[in-house]
Formats: sequence, structure tokens, C-alpha cells
Amino acid sequence: MLGRLQVPPSVRKGEVFEIRVLVQHPMETGFRRDMNGAAIPVNVVDRLACRVGGREVFRAELGTGIAANPYLVFTAVAEASGAVEIEWSDDRGERGQASAMLEVIPT
Amino acid sequence: MRRRAFLLGGAAVASAPLLTHAQALAGVQDIRPLIQSITRGATARSGGIEVELPQLAENGNSVPLRIRTASPMTAAEHVKAIHVLAERNPRPRVATFHFSPASGRAEVATRVRLAGSQTVTVLAELSDNSFRIAEAKVLVTTGACLDDSL
Amino acid sequence: MRIFAICIATLAALALAAEPQRPQPMRGGIEFQGPDIQALQADAFANPGSLWVARGAALWEERRGTAAMPCAGCHGKAAASMKGVAARYPKHDAEAGRVIDLEERINLCVTRNQKAPALAWESEPLLALTAHVAAQSNGARVEVAIDGPAAPMYERGRTLYFERQGQLNVACTHCHDGSWGRTLLNERMSQGHPADWPAYRLEWQSLGSLQRRLRACYYGVRAEMPPFGSPDLVALELYLGARAKGLAMSVPGVRR
Repeated sequence: MLGRLQVPPSVRKGEVFEIRVLVQHPMETGFRRDMNGAAIPVNVVDRLACRVGGREVFRAELGTGIAANPYLVFTAVAEASGAVEIEWSDDRGERGQASAMLEVIPT
Repeated sequence: MRRRAFLLGGAAVASAPLLTHAQALAGVQDIRPLIQSITRGATARSGGIEVELPQLAENGNSVPLRIRTASPMTAAEHVKAIHVLAERNPRPRVATFHFSPASGRAEVATRVRLAGSQTVTVLAELSDNSFRIAEAKVLVTTGACLDDSL
Repeated sequence: MRIFAICIATLAALALAAEPQRPQPMRGGIEFQGPDIQALQADAFANPGSLWVARGAALWEERRGTAAMPCAGCHGKAAASMKGVAARYPKHDAEAGRVIDLEERINLCVTRNQKAPALAWESEPLLALTAHVAAQSNGARVEVAIDGPAAPMYERGRTLYFERQGQLNVACTHCHDGSWGRTLLNERMSQGHPADWPAYRLEWQSLGSLQRRLRACYYGVRAEMPPFGSPDLVALELYLGARAKGLAMSVPGVRR
């Protein structure tokens, strides 16, 4: 499952920085109908979590009330240079992940 | 198809029961019982949460929402979770976001689906198990979920 | 004297007929969307269409078909080889022997050069590749050829643009020349330019092609929708491209 992640190019140690995530997923509500009139079943990304340097900084439980191609922006405290990792899964067990390297400048 | 919808009605995604189409079309529901179930009976106080929603959303399929809190986010005092509720959506529980001091700020922005003009309610669950509450009204011209699209 | 006057008038009419009438002033479709959608289109990361562009960039490198060739095999880096290309489509293609749009050009490559089955209309891979290729023309000004072998399709497009159709019995011109900027059912009518397409439409909750959007217009006036790939849709795309001459492309667009 395709997803994109954006972090600032570099941050100072201790600084709170923004993480942006965009996941490609229809987030089917179960209310839409296909060309034959049959309801398209519910299909949503229901869990997403972010780890910075191996430590969880954010977790989300999502549902049909989140728009298609879910977009999330949240923050984390910069400790040390390392990987920012996002993992997510949908209600059919499909999984996805994305990661970016974060450069942390010591103060 | 009906059985699957029944099973999904019990999934974590929708801990509130799924409405029938007719109930959903009827409009706004009373979400106070839902709020009570989240706060486990505690009264939520207002203040400390900023909810940013456009006054007018052109299309209910994607409405930008930003939530900010005034918490210091220390180990002793921080926001544990933010719950977003939409009283007029077929499934009023929109999302739950979890934070810790490592989050830096208990802040989140996303895009939500709104099934019609309504009040969006945000509950912040604090580390001392108390709750804060805030609301924002939004006018939605083309609703999501229940308005047909081509 | 009268014959002379008639000749002058006819020549003038013909000369005017070559170039389409354009709305004044020219305004891109994004200007008729609300501030949230404008912000979305402008944000390269948050723009939901960017997911298709990213997927298209990956597909560009993927080997396909019995030729086991990626697009990059012939075209190298898309940013260089595809720069400005989408701004000139639809165009007459010597290989195809007719005017084709960007999607059809991609499929010509897929079938003839990569020796793979054609990508279905509105399929994820075709949308992704089209978005990726079109995005390489961002900032370039739309300019399509309407002379020579493209002339008959251009004339067909123009005829369709001015032809009343559907239960509502209106032509494209009535809304997009006569009523742009005015409000219909809570939405501001645009001038109907193609420069931001393919685009992410909130209503579709997906990226979609210009042909899909044109079909939705037919539906909007309660007319029978031409099938994907119909020459009428390509003819309209060509006419709209000529009418949009000079507008800068901005793909992927975001619309209601």
C-alpha cells in the first residue's frame, strides 16, 4: 500500500517538529454503490502508528469518517538522528510502511 | 453482504452501533451517551482545545480539521488521547489519536468526511484521566456518505 | 462592390473561425474552487493526486511486457524527456494515423514498444503514468496544433462544444462561456479549461482523467455519455486545449 512521509530536512535536538503522512487508500464507507447498484463493502485503514528512533510518538485509530487517501500531520520531539517510521494496516489486514531519515543537530 | 455489514458493525472501527440508512438520513443524533462512554461517566470541562474547521465545507468528502491543545506534554501532565466525534455521520466516531510526552505537542491535522452540516465534537483525554471538550460547527454543502456521486 | 464586401466578410469569418473564442479574462479552473481546495492543490505533499504521480514515477522504472522494457529504457528521466510534452496533447500521431490524447499515446507505447496489453481506461496504472507524465509539464503553457492533420478533429470538437445536448438541452458554451463565475447549485461555474488535468476530484475520492470529467459533464446535462476512448471525447479535448492556449499547466489539479 503506497504511502508518503515528510519530515523537515534537519531539526535541532529537543525541537518539536512536524511529520506529515499521506496514504493511498479509498477508505470505503460501505455506502457507495458500484455500477451495478451493489454496495461497495467497507474498507478502511484502521490503524496507523509512528515511531521516531524506535519510540512510538503517535498512534491513530481511524474509520470511515476519515477522508479517502488519509492525510495526517502530527508532531514529535527530536532526540537523535535516525529513522522516522510509519506503519499502518487496514481492516483487511493489508499493511504499509514508509520511513524517512531525520537529521538532528545537537544544540 | 448484509451479514458482512453486521460483522463490521461490531469491529473496533465503529464501537457505536451502525445506523440504518433511514436513521442516518434523519440527521443529527444525540451523542451524549457516546461522550459518556468515552469519558466513563466523567464530566468533560471546556477549554484547552482549539478546533479548526472551515465555516463552510464545499465538499463533505474531504474537510480539513486541525486540533491543537494547550497541554505542556510532560510525564506528569499530558494529553493521552484525542477523540473526534461527528454527530451527523452514520458512524459518529471519526477517529482517536494517541499521544505521549514524546509527541512534543498534542496536535493533529487531518481530513475528515462529514455527512452534512453539523457540530464536530473533540474530547481530549488527559493523563490524570480527566477530559476536556470543544466543539466547532461546520456548514457542508455536498455531504459525504449519503449523497450520490458519479 | 457587394461581392467584395461579402468576400471580405467571409474571409474574416473564416479567419475568426480558425481560432476558438476565448473567455476574457482567461482564468484557470482552480480559481473557481474554494480556499481549502486551492490550498490542497498548491501543497505538493498534501495534494492527494501526488500519490498517483508517485506511483507513476515508480511505474516509469518498471519493466513491462514481453519486451521487458521500462518507460525509462527509451525515455530516460521523465523530467527531461517529458518536459512540455503533455501541454501539446491531444495531437495528431503519425504512428496511430489520427489525433490521440495523452492516455492513448501512453498505451501506444505500452502495446507497441513494451509489447504489453493496453492499460484499461481509468485503471490505476494508466492514471498514474498519465499523472506522472503530465506533471512534467507543470508551468508549461497549453498549446495544441489545430492545423494540418489535426484540423478535422478540431472542427469536430468545436461543433460538439457548441451543440446543444441532453435533456437540459444546453451546449458547453452556455455554461463555460456564458455563465462562468456564476453559481449553480452552490458551485461556481468554471471556464472549462483542461490545464489541471488529470485531477483529484473530491467527489470521486480519486484521481481521474479529463475524459472522465467530460463524461460527467454529459451526465450533468442528462446526455448519453460517450464511452471512454470515443473520438468525440478526444475531439473535445483538442478543442478545449486550443481554447486554453496560453494557460499554464498545473497537474494534478484538485477539484470538488
